[in-house]
Amino acid sequence: MFSPNDLSSYLIIGAILFSLGLFTVLTRRNAISVLMGVELILNSANINYVAFSHFSSGSTDGQIYAIFVIMLAAAEAAVAWPLCWLSSRFFTPSMWRPRKR
Amino acid sequence: MEISTAVFYLVAIITVGSAAMVAFSRNIIYSAFSLLGAFGGVAGIYVFLGADFVAAVQLLIYVGGILVLVLFAVMLTHRITDVQITNRAAGRLTALIVTGVLLYLLVETVRGTSWAKAKELVHQATTGTIGDLFLESYLLPFELASLVLLAALIGAVVISRKEIKE
Repeated sequence: MFSPNDLSSYLIIGAILFSLGLFTVLTRRNAISVLMGVELILNSANINYVAFSHFSSGSTDGQIYAIFVIMLAAAEAAVAWPLCWLSSRFFTPSMWRPRKR
Repeated sequence: MEISTAVFYLVAIITVGSAAMVAFSRNIIYSAFSLLGAFGGVAGIYVFLGADFVAAVQLLIYVGGILVLVLFAVMLTHRITDVQITNRAAGRLTALIVTGVLLYLLVETVRGTSWAKAKELVHQATTGTIGDLFLESYLLPFELASLVLLAALIGAVVISRKEIKE
């Protein structure tokens, strides 16, 4: 059932990656870790695009979409990671500790 | 078992294991380095899917570019070695239930649906086809992509420079 010549195995890998990315986004309190989860989700979407283009349509259109997603991820990384890094200067972790009563 | 099947299992295990490391690790540095395995494994999956150009792009941009940015952001962040602060997680049980149910639904959908099948599986070099498609049917998105990249470039410069007050 789980073979390299079967569409469903790739879709299951994509689903597992998506769930792990969603778990990361939901649980982490650190903006950098949340962005790592977003990268996992983008990768899982890419796997689905390329798998469907290989097995279902037989054309290369899905790979074009995957390349666009990779390009957008690069643009997002160029802006979002410096934002995270800069905001960590202004908001030190001690600000997020619960106040003593 | 064929050798290609064994390699496919290896790649899948590396991908999923590294992604699980990213999601569950208590240390943010381990999470960041596990992203290397996840991105590399996804590139291997692209190779299995006959997408050679996308695999090369994945290695160049994700592993060569985004991962380096991630490591920079992680290493330069304030007090990163303090594990208690750096990678705190909250609400793990609820999130585990939600994502578990979602994963179950997704896998059931994948296994229960009869997907459309292509007439034949092609294993050819795709670079020429992708270039033709970019300059024919996908010309407008291609140009818009260059605009987006230009905006991101300017935005990154504007964010990260220091403002000089007179």
